[in-house]
Amino acid sequence: MLRAERISKSYRASGGHVVAVDGASLQLERGQRLGLVGPSGSGKSTLAQVMAMLLAPDDGSLTVDGDRIDVWGVHCRCELRHRVQLVFQSPRMAVDPRLRVGEAILEPLVASRLLAARDAECAVLLHDWATRVGLTYDLLERFPHEVSEGQLQRACLARALIVAPRYLICDELSSMLDVSTQAALLEAIAAIQAEQELGVLLITHDRVLADTWCGEVADIRELAARSGEGEADATQRHASARAAALSALVRGRQRRAMPP
Amino acid sequence: MSAAGAALRLRGGLTQRLVETARRWPTYMRVAAGVLALLVVAGLLANVVAPLDDTAVDLDHVLEGPTAAHPMGTDEVGRDLLTRVLHGVRISLVIAVLASLAAVAVGALVGVLAGTLGGRADAVLMRMTDVFASQNHFLFGVLLLVLFRPVLGGTGAIMLAIGFTHWPSLARIVRGELLSVRERPFVLAAIGGGASRHRLARRHYLPHLLPAVGLAFVLTVPHAVFHESAYSFLGLGLEPHQASLGNILADGQRSLLAGGWWIALFPGLALLAIAMTIGTIAEYWREHLHPRWRSELEL
Ligand SMILES: Nc1ncnc2c1ncn2[C@@H]1O[C@H](COP(=O)(O)OP(=O)(O)O)[C@@H](O)[C@H]1O
Ligand SMILES: [Mg+2]
Repeated sequence: MLRAERISKSYRASGGHVVAVDGASLQLERGQRLGLVGPSGSGKSTLAQVMAMLLAPDDGSLTVDGDRIDVWGVHCRCELRHRVQLVFQSPRMAVDPRLRVGEAILEPLVASRLLAARDAECAVLLHDWATRVGLTYDLLERFPHEVSEGQLQRACLARALIVAPRYLICDELSSMLDVSTQAALLEAIAAIQAEQELGVLLITHDRVLADTWCGEVADIRELAARSGEGEADATQRHASARAAALSALVRGRQRRAMPP
Repeated sequence: MSAAGAALRLRGGLTQRLVETARRWPTYMRVAAGVLALLVVAGLLANVVAPLDDTAVDLDHVLEGPTAAHPMGTDEVGRDLLTRVLHGVRISLVIAVLASLAAVAVGALVGVLAGTLGGRADAVLMRMTDVFASQNHFLFGVLLLVLFRPVLGGTGAIMLAIGFTHWPSLARIVRGELLSVRERPFVLAAIGGGASRHRLARRHYLPHLLPAVGLAFVLTVPHAVFHESAYSFLGLGLEPHQASLGNILADGQRSLLAGGWWIALFPGLALLAIAMTIGTIAEYWREHLHPRWRSELEL
């Protein structure tokens, strides 16, 4: 079980501290399909990065199948990092622009010295995973900017699955994709999930998608120990931010219009 | 299997990439690169190309204007100006390159230390950088020269003075780039994939920082040429008999009163040519490199 307890994380931004996640708790079982919904800016991606051990939380604890995580990022043991894999929100930013798609998919195996790039197993694995996520072989030789967003997202999925994770977190997997590509990707994930008893956390702002694909759906605004801000608050905040921006603009114009 | 084999094929060599880049250059870049190459070759081969000894005094031909025998004329003790300018180009370029390397080394070191140590060390280093950056760097350089010239000699003191006054901006850039690259999703993805710290440094941090450092180096070189000339002109740099461009200019200023315009003109032109060609190349590089970095960031 992947268990996050009372995770808090805030960022230092130019306007002071931004509390991105405020005491959120979440559990994901192996073989489970869990949806995580919430409006944009509610801290879904931040929580996902914490659960994938990529970002150290300010507070709270994370355990993966009984192993408590105390150190994060590169300091964390490679084998632990491999247990939870994250598919990032934007595939264009999540792939090294200097690597060909095929190299990018194999990168985790090479980086963690499980295989060397010239091993014969690499080619076999690469083709196996390319087929499973629906990538044609000619795409593997191209650079990331030479393939479509959807194809790159498939590559990211293959890259995450190639290390045989126990848990997969997909952050807005489908927000960039058209409906049929989205369906195909989710179908591929479902097949692998059933086969490998993979726990899947599907992060989305699409409540309908979450309800249809996932057995269970959690709302990030209800995960917090203290109740987080509601939708009304978010709307309110959005409106006041807009007003503040507009008045700053007006003040700027006034200053310029004034005689020196 | 062939597809995977091809996917793992190495990318083209450095020379091939350089040639491909040069082919896309606009005319002004080719001119700048050509002139700079000419100056560098002339400077490097100064001993071979320049027909005369640059310190040979010839009191029969004092302050002569450009002639066939002396294309740039002679100075007030009859030394051939072409020879001196060629030597000056070499001395000034070598000092400028070494001084820029020193500046870039200091800047990169401070930036990397601040970016990787973080916390209090970062705060102290960056405060120090702010203090350095807020000083007048020319006057600070003069101070360093006055202090260290007796110990290190002219060349060493100039390199120190330029190296220790031209690092703050690079230190800030390196630190900022290091902090931002660490949070880029594809670097996070590499960490999730199991990359070690060593591998991250080699595969992500270094390749990301090198272009910025290289660009900073090239941008510093024309700066350093001017600084060396200015220090030498003020009599704080190289020994007066050494043919650096600044020293020749100082001679030229004196000779101007006697009507010897050529003694200031030719080294001045050489100085301008060096600074402008390197500056042009650096600016072009900056403009054409940054969009690519940005497209990695934003696309
Ligand atoms: N690197 C960062 N620096 C500062 N603020 C950030 C950073 N990343 C996210 N945030 C802020 O944290 C909050 C949560 O962001 P995020 O986790 O991306 O939410 P979501 O994925 O639900 O849209 C937002 O208000 C966002 O502006
Ligand atoms: Mg997000």
